[in-house]
Amino acid sequence: MNQALQTSASTLLRFTRRLNLVEIVGRFAPLLFLITLVIVFGSLEPRFLTKLNLLNVLRQVSITGLIAIGMTYVILTAGIDLSVGSLLAFAGVVSAAVAKGGTGTWLRSTTGEQGYGVTLAVLAAIGIGVSGGLIQGLAITRLGVPPFVVTLGGMSAFRGATLLFSKGGPISGFSEDFRFWGQGKVFGDVPILALVFLGFALIAHIILRYTRYGRHIYAVGANPEAARLSGLNVKLLITSVYVIVGFFCGMAGYLLASRLNSAEAVAGVGYELTVIASVVIGGTSLFGGEGGIPGTVVGAVLIGVLTNGLVLMNVSTYIQQIIIGSIIVLAVAFDRFIKSRRRV
Amino acid sequence: MSEYLLRMTDIHKKFPGVKALDGVSFDVRPGEIHGLVGENGAGKSTLIKILSGAYQPDSGMIEWEGQPVHITGPLHARRLGIATIYQEFNLIPPLTIAENVFIGREPGPSIFLSWPELYRQARAVVDRLGIDLDPRRIVRTLSVAEQQMVEVARALSMKSRLIVMDEPTATLTENEVGQLMAIMRELKAQGLSIIFISHHIEEALQICDRISVLRDGRLVGTRAIGEVTLDEIIRMMVGRSMSELFRRSITYATDEVALRVRNLSRSGNARDPNAIVLDNISFEVRRGEILGIAGLVGAGRTELARAIFGVDRFSSGQIEIDGRPVKIRSPRDAIRYGLGLVPEDRKQQALFLRLAVRSNMSLAALGRLVRFVDFVSARAENELIESYRKALNIHMTGPEQRVANLSGGNQQKIVIARWLALKPKVLIVDEPTRGIDVAAKAEVHQLLDELARQGIAIIMISSELPEILSMSDRIIALRGGRQTGEFRREEATEEKLMHAMALERAPVSVA
Repeated sequence: MNQALQTSASTLLRFTRRLNLVEIVGRFAPLLFLITLVIVFGSLEPRFLTKLNLLNVLRQVSITGLIAIGMTYVILTAGIDLSVGSLLAFAGVVSAAVAKGGTGTWLRSTTGEQGYGVTLAVLAAIGIGVSGGLIQGLAITRLGVPPFVVTLGGMSAFRGATLLFSKGGPISGFSEDFRFWGQGKVFGDVPILALVFLGFALIAHIILRYTRYGRHIYAVGANPEAARLSGLNVKLLITSVYVIVGFFCGMAGYLLASRLNSAEAVAGVGYELTVIASVVIGGTSLFGGEGGIPGTVVGAVLIGVLTNGLVLMNVSTYIQQIIIGSIIVLAVAFDRFIKSRRRV
Repeated sequence: MSEYLLRMTDIHKKFPGVKALDGVSFDVRPGEIHGLVGENGAGKSTLIKILSGAYQPDSGMIEWEGQPVHITGPLHARRLGIATIYQEFNLIPPLTIAENVFIGREPGPSIFLSWPELYRQARAVVDRLGIDLDPRRIVRTLSVAEQQMVEVARALSMKSRLIVMDEPTATLTENEVGQLMAIMRELKAQGLSIIFISHHIEEALQICDRISVLRDGRLVGTRAIGEVTLDEIIRMMVGRSMSELFRRSITYATDEVALRVRNLSRSGNARDPNAIVLDNISFEVRRGEILGIAGLVGAGRTELARAIFGVDRFSSGQIEIDGRPVKIRSPRDAIRYGLGLVPEDRKQQALFLRLAVRSNMSLAALGRLVRFVDFVSARAENELIESYRKALNIHMTGPEQRVANLSGGNQQKIVIARWLALKPKVLIVDEPTRGIDVAAKAEVHQLLDELARQGIAIIMISSELPEILSMSDRIIALRGGRQTGEFRREEATEEKLMHAMALERAPVSVA
């Protein structure tokens, strides 16, 4: 009896060791936290766990979620991008102007009322995003200015460019085509925006996990000097992640204008916080080399669920901000605690 | 007063797989300059780290001023009056000399700092050293030698009784060494004791009262100056039994020159734009040959490797690979020409400690594992990892294990495997067995031998003479960035090499 008990106890011990509980909890901590939140809100507030509400949450997080995908690449290289909100706004107004056929002084339409069409509008937004990212990436790698400073500058400069371009006012009232990607739904109630977000998340994840490029990103973030001595083109790799986040900012700029049927010069103010929070809550290390897209998706949804749940429970937005701020700090503290315990 | 200021008895210290100190007994008298010499890995730095409180000994006794003490940490050591000056200075460059000397102990009422008092006290300390240095100067603007004096001044200001100097002369010019020795004599006259660690035995003989020699974690002996000769010290340092080392029996060197370096020179480093780092270095290495490069700290060994591999630019000279002149501007270029570099500082320059074995091993060769667009073939990668795990006998739980959790020997094998996956023509290994245990050392040596047999040209940089002697087909000695000797395997001895590497000081910089 005693013998049997001992054997089973040691088997259990071996089993948990092989499972490595710390590692598993560490890897899935954000997901576990998200599930807990969903259960808590679901039991406290009947309106929370409805299909429509959950799809609504997904739609709400899609814009910042898209940028967070790009931000994950940046943070994996131990970089940061504070300019995302401003770049989004700039891309949004340019895209709107292209779709509308001009803002009065800029881009006077030659095709009359129809503007230049959605395709060109999207390409313009992405073009602005990519160019903005490229300029910042080159400033970081060629001038040797830290990412924090370069993108802090970009945050101001792109906002200025947006206000200059739009003369401060919104550009609104778009064609149905233009609004399709931001407002459209498929399969009944599923927002296209959410599918765009999840689709790009999947692509970004596959690139990060299964391509040489993705592996190089992790290496550069984990140890840039060793990466250089292993023959990696570190400057090019670092520049590329700012181009990628710029791409997502551009796309998000168009999508936000499409969803709101209006491109605002003040769009995206404060987005950098939500975006960085999504990435960091998702377990990506600000020191680079650790983390990934699945965590970021969970992090983005987690912030959405938290906001949505608190709104449904009539918690004031001021208190919401305090709660979200505390959660960010706690999530990272927990992550660091788990990693300090890790053995394998 | 006790006869000894410090007495260490039967000190043992083990690290995983290495006996760093094996029963070392060592003492320092008041007002004595005691030299501590030995090759790399002899245990000098472990001994002083125990003394400075950075490490705890596994067993043994330390007596300070006749009383047994247990040094609990660096703060405790400092309170006792033991100051350690490491090669890497512990100074804050943007602050003044005075602030650095009195950091944490600034004079002034309550939370305020009294600048006049600070400068006055700093002036007094600097004067005690008998040097002319304005305490208001910013440390960043000082030369290496002057920064060292700031460290000494700080030690003095803390009322230290014993100052430990770890290789204080390694980066100094001849003039500066003279100046430092004058300061050391001044301190001695004031009753302080100094432990002087140096590779340059002649310097130790000039300044010390006694010299202790460490080898392989043991104290070989302590001798008073005057009853010992330079040759005797060298014999004590190197008289290791060679039997435990892997010995190469045959040479695989061919006649085909894989890499030739002609008149390579580099001047200027981070501290001094006029310093001569490499001076007119020329050599060649053939396919299947292991060329040993021997030299002490500051001799230019690592700088030479970095210049060849395109990490640092060089001022003039030419590199040829397979007889063709090539321009190598970056490690990428070097790799394209078939070069590989296993750097000296594994953790900083080679490993991705937070990543798995997988990424660490296949990183450089990922391009060869791509089967479609940019996608890495998981099967090809797993095969590669498995084949090198077997070939190099790497102990790991699997490709997903983090390299941070592997032993130094296994980490080094992974770095070597990273290059082997690229099938290099020339492999430069810088201190290939630093910080790894004896068994893994022998395995790495066997591996290098096997690579030479396969026709790879190997440049092996090492500060461990037995390693250089047992492995190399040919040896070049460097000193102060210059070639000071070339030896064929048969004619090389530790004594000859040590003479070429360590005696007479070559000027480090030109005025």
